[in-house]
Amino acid sequence: MTDQIVRYPGVVRPNAFTAERLGWRPWLEPKPVDDLTAEDRHALEGRDVTDPYFRVLVRDPIVLGARTRADIDIFTNDEGGLDRAERELAAAAASRTNGCLFCASVHARFAIEQSGRRDDVQRLLDEGIDAEQDERWTAIIEASAALTATPSFFGPAHVEALRAAGLDDQAIVDVIQSAGFFNWANRLMLSIGEPLPPRR
Amino acid sequence: MSDLIDDLAGIAPGSPLDVLRSRRPTARRDVQASYDALIADPRDLGRASAAERIAVAYWVAALSGAARLAEHYRGLLAGLDPDVLAAIDAALPAATTTGPVGSYPPGPLSVEDEAAPEWSAPAGIAAAGGPRLAAALEHAHLVTYRPRDASPDALQALLDAGWTTDGIVTLSQLIAFVHFQLRLVAGFTVLAAHAEED
Repeated sequence: MTDQIVRYPGVVRPNAFTAERLGWRPWLEPKPVDDLTAEDRHALEGRDVTDPYFRVLVRDPIVLGARTRADIDIFTNDEGGLDRAERELAAAAASRTNGCLFCASVHARFAIEQSGRRDDVQRLLDEGIDAEQDERWTAIIEASAALTATPSFFGPAHVEALRAAGLDDQAIVDVIQSAGFFNWANRLMLSIGEPLPPRR
Repeated sequence: MSDLIDDLAGIAPGSPLDVLRSRRPTARRDVQASYDALIADPRDLGRASAAERIAVAYWVAALSGAARLAEHYRGLLAGLDPDVLAAIDAALPAATTTGPVGSYPPGPLSVEDEAAPEWSAPAGIAAAGGPRLAAALEHAHLVTYRPRDASPDALQALLDAGWTTDGIVTLSQLIAFVHFQLRLVAGFTVLAAHAEED
């Protein structure tokens, strides 16, 4: 079979950031479930094999496996450091900066679930990274956005602001890894497929 | 056990940041494993050659102003394909800009739209590295600065230049991974140089 790009004519793409549940679909053919090898299934451990995103990425199983394991450690390893809500906040801030509506929706939702601060997260989505927040969230969002800019302008002032807001250096490592990781995730999600309107 | 990130960010064994990184051991190991699988020691050179992988990594790091990481990749490329390196170095000044920019689907976010020109590889790139590399560098430029302008047409351009679907997945992972890698280096470099005084 000749390789081809998958297109979806006629569907209106979402045009605003939301914490609602968006869909996503790939422009590349997912690997068929029936074609998955033992190595592919190993690489998909911890993921839903019916998810088209991961069945596109499993076309390079070694990379997918390593990426998934790093992702899970960055966001869920709870030996000290930043709490889960604020790692998700860093992910959402990076996604808001890069313009990944799908990633922002997922991680805004996680940040809301973990923090209970729906209005604050919604303000990040609606007004962006300069929206008013408390000192701690401002420091996390500004550090994440500075790291996400190209070129990155994350600097000593961001470290100082994070420390002043109460983060220790383990938590700052978590901010760097969480926001940094979403510069990987956002670019994949944005460049190999597109979001779908909220499922209602 | 130090890795490339430690080397580039100036994290010495036993230093405070080495200890902090060691508390996220899986991330540390698998970031290095991703680098090995994508760039340093890939298994499948048919879908993307060693020179293509390193050239794209150098291009993304250099476009992003990530000086130390770019220097690392520049050294690898110099040993592998000096003609491609010279062509990329010649193209970099005109290609370098800032991001992220791009356009959203028309609506409330249109006020945030910021157009930026497409970059087309000069003839010297294809002459030194072939049409596949030229297409890959054009795509990496798009995804680096204007990720929200990515499109099916952009992927079609890769297929037209000779990339396969599997190859596009690997290329997409590589571009996106280097964006993560360069930010770890950037963030950890600052943190390592401003350790807590206590």
